[in-house]
Amino acid sequence: MSTATSSPAPRANGNASALLLLLKLRTFIALIVVTLFFALMAPNFVSVANAIIISKHVAINAILAIGMTYVILTGGIDLSVGSIVGLTGMVAGGLLAHGLQLPMLGIIVYPNVLEVVAIALLVGTAIGAINGLLVTKLGVAPFIATLGTLYVARGAALLLSGGSTFSNLVGKEELGNQGYPIIGSGNVLGIPVSIIILIVLALVAAYVAQRTPFGRKVYAVGGNERAAALSGVRVDRIKIAVYMISGFCAAVVGLIVSSQLVASHPASGETFELNAIAAAVLGGTSLSGGRGLIGGTIIGAFVIGVLSDGLVMMGVSEFWQMVIKGLVIIAAVVLDQLQRRLAANTRQ
Amino acid sequence: MSQVVFSAKGITKAFPGTLALQDVDFEVHAGAVNVLIGENGAGKSTLMKILAGVEQPTLGTMTMEGNSVRFDSIRDAASKGIGIVFQELNLCPNLSVTENIFLGREIAKAGIHIDRAAQTRRTTELIGRLEHDIDPSALVGDLMIGEQQIVEIAKALAEDARILIMDEPTSALSASEVEVLFKVIGELKRAGVAIIYISHRLEELIRIGDYFTVLRDGRLAATAARENVTIPWIIEKMLGSEEVVAKRPPAIQAGPPILSVDHLSLPGRGHALALDDLSVSFRPGEITAIYGLLGAGRTELFESLYGLRPNARGSVRLDGVELAGHSVNRRMKSGLLLVPEDRQRDGLVQNLSVGGNLGLASLRRFTRYFSISKAHEAPLLEQIIKQLHIKTASADAPITSLSGGNQQKVVIGKSLLTEPRVLLLDEPSRGIDIGAKAEVFSTMRDLADQGLCIVYTTSDLKETHAVADRILVMAYGRITADLRAEEASDEALVRASTLKPETALA
Repeated sequence: MSTATSSPAPRANGNASALLLLLKLRTFIALIVVTLFFALMAPNFVSVANAIIISKHVAINAILAIGMTYVILTGGIDLSVGSIVGLTGMVAGGLLAHGLQLPMLGIIVYPNVLEVVAIALLVGTAIGAINGLLVTKLGVAPFIATLGTLYVARGAALLLSGGSTFSNLVGKEELGNQGYPIIGSGNVLGIPVSIIILIVLALVAAYVAQRTPFGRKVYAVGGNERAAALSGVRVDRIKIAVYMISGFCAAVVGLIVSSQLVASHPASGETFELNAIAAAVLGGTSLSGGRGLIGGTIIGAFVIGVLSDGLVMMGVSEFWQMVIKGLVIIAAVVLDQLQRRLAANTRQ
Repeated sequence: MSQVVFSAKGITKAFPGTLALQDVDFEVHAGAVNVLIGENGAGKSTLMKILAGVEQPTLGTMTMEGNSVRFDSIRDAASKGIGIVFQELNLCPNLSVTENIFLGREIAKAGIHIDRAAQTRRTTELIGRLEHDIDPSALVGDLMIGEQQIVEIAKALAEDARILIMDEPTSALSASEVEVLFKVIGELKRAGVAIIYISHRLEELIRIGDYFTVLRDGRLAATAARENVTIPWIIEKMLGSEEVVAKRPPAIQAGPPILSVDHLSLPGRGHALALDDLSVSFRPGEITAIYGLLGAGRTELFESLYGLRPNARGSVRLDGVELAGHSVNRRMKSGLLLVPEDRQRDGLVQNLSVGGNLGLASLRRFTRYFSISKAHEAPLLEQIIKQLHIKTASADAPITSLSGGNQQKVVIGKSLLTEPRVLLLDEPSRGIDIGAKAEVFSTMRDLADQGLCIVYTTSDLKETHAVADRILVMAYGRITADLRAEEASDEALVRASTLKPETALA
C-alpha cells in the first residue's frame, strides 16, 4: 500500500520537504510506532498467531472503511453501514436457520450457502442504492438520509427475529446448506478467509479508484461537483454507485461477523460506522471530499486495530482505550491540516 | 456646483503582480449622483472597496469634510458614514428584514438583551423613508429582488450614511423596480446624501448621473459634470483607442449553419423572461461574439443550449438533429461543448492534476477494458498541452500551480479533447491578463480555421472586435443586433445592448 495522502509530491527543498514527507507518511509512521511500542510493552504481542488475530479484527473495520472511503471521496457520509451489518447478518442467519418461507405455496425453501451469501449481499447493496437515491433524487443530505436508514435497517434486523438471536448456523446436510462458518473461521493456505476477502477487496478498490474512469469521476465529483457535471459526468449515478459499494461492503462484513460467531444477533454492528469513518479520516481522507486513498484507509484501520488490541493485551481499561482512540483521531486531523498548510507554503 | 464631501487623492492599490489603481483622484459631491464608469477590470470595484474600508490603499490620501480619514474595516467606514450596497446582495435569507438591518449592531439592553421593539420601530421608519411598506418581520428570502435591494439600502442608511455606494444596483431589477429605485435615489439626493453609482447601463447613467468619473486600466481617464457628458463621450473615454490584440482574418469560408436555435424561451425571475423567443443559427468556421450587459441572458442562452436549463422551451438542432430533452452528456457526445464562465467554480476540479482535469470530459477515449490506459492518455495530453501552449511543469502538476490564463487553457483543452464541433465559450477572457487573452483568442481562431463553430460571450467591447467575424448583441433575453464585425460600430453595439423590449414587463 502507498502513503496516506493523495496529492502528488510537490517540488520543495530542504527541511520543509523532509518534514512534508514525514507528515505525508504520518499514518504509516504511526502504525510502525504503535506496533513497536506494543512489541516492547505487551508480552506475546509479536507472534504470527497474534498478527493473524489482529488482522481478523482489522478486516471487519477495514472492509467497511473501504466502502466508506468511496462515499467520503464524493463528499458524502454513510452512517447506515453498522445497521446494514446487523441486518444482512440476520438475513443470512434467518435463511440458514429457518429457510425462505413461501406461505402462498405452503413450502419452505432452504437456499444453499452461496445463495444465502448472494441474497445478503443483494440486500446490503439495495439499502446502499436506497441511500444513494435519497441523496441524489430526493436531495436529502447524506448525513440525514443514512441516519434514517441506520434506524430503519436496525429496526428491520430486530423485526426479523423479534429481537432474538439466530444461533448455531452450521446448516444441515439434508437441507444442503452447510459450510457457512468457513467465511468467518476458514483458512486457505493458512490464511483466514476474512483476511483474503479484505486483501481482494482492497486491491480491487484501490485499482478502481486510481485507474478506472469511474474512480476518476468519484474524485472529480468530490472535488468540484459542478465542474464534473459540466464535463459530462453523470453525478447522480456516481453517487448512487458509491453508496451501493458501501452497502455491499457492509453486507460482506455482516456475513463475516455472523459466520465467525456461527450466530447472528440483531444488535451486531452497532457503532461500526464510527470506526469506519475514523479509519478513513486517520488514513488521510478528507471529509469534504475529493482527497484520500484506499491504501491510506487500510493503514488507518490497522492503526486503530493494533491500538485497541495492544491496549487490551497490556490490560489497559476499556475506558482509557476510548480516550486514547479519540486523541489519536484528533491528532491525525491536526497533522493533516499542518501538512496541507506546509504543502501550500512550499509550493509558493 | 454642490459641495464636495469626500475626496480621494493619488490612490494607488497594488496587488501581487498588478497595479489595480494608479494615482486616481476621485471627488464625491453631496446631494448628487456621482457616477463611476469603466470596463471590467478598470478598477471600479477596487476603488469602491477602498472607499468602503474593505481594502486599504497602498498609496494616497482620503479626506472627508476636510478631515483626513482612513478606514480600517467596513465597520469602521460605516460608522464614519459610508454605506455600500454590493452588487450581489449580502443579506441572510433566513432572517427577517429587521434582523438583517441590525445584523452585527443590534440595539441591545445591557449588551445582551435585543430590544426588538426599538429595532422594529427603527426599521419601519427607515423603510417608510424609502416609501415602501415592507413588513419588518418578513423573511428576506420571501421578498422580491427589488424589495431586497430596498432592505440593503435601508441597512446602509441605518447608520446614517452620508455617502451611499451602489454597485450595479439595477443588474437584477425589472424595469418597474428600476423606476422605484430611481425615485428612492432622488429622495436621498434631496436629503443631502451623496450617491456613488456604478453601472454599465449608459442610458441609465445619463438619466440619473450628476458627476461622471471614467476609469480605464486602473487610471483616471476623465471627469465631467452632467451637462458635458454624452454617450459617445463615455464610450470614447472608457475604451481609449489602442487595439487589444491584432486581429487575424479567417483562413476558411464559413459553412452552412450547423447549430440552429428556434423560438427558445426560458422563464426568468419574476415576470421577466430570461430568454424571450430567441431564434438564431451559427456556422462552422466562423467566430461569433455575443455582447451584452450583465443579466442580458447570454449565460442563460449557453446553459439552455447545453441542457443545463430543463425549463427552457424551443428547439435546438445540431446538424439537423434535435437536442431538446437530451442530457449534458448526450449533447457533449453529439459535439456541443460549453466552456463555463467561472472556471474555479464550474471548470476545474482543484484536487485533480492538470492531466486529470484535461481528460475528465473524454475518459472514454483512453479507457481500455476497465481501466484508464496511461499509454493512450499521455500522448493525447501532451499533444493538447503543446497545441494550446499550456505552461505547466508536466501533466501531473497540480492544477492550482498554473496561472489564470493557463488554467483557462486547461478548461478549453478539456473541451477540445472531446472533439467538439461547436464550442460555446462563456467570457473566455475573464480574469486573465492581456498576453494570455491574445493567446486564447489566437487559439479560438485556430480552432475556427479547423472548421469548428465558435461562439463566445463578452461584456468587453474591444474584445468583440478582437476576434469575432460576426457580432450579436443581447438585451433583456433577446437578440437586438446581428452584425458583421466590420460594420459594427461601438455606438451601435452599446445602444443595442440597452434596448428594452417594447412591451412593458410588469
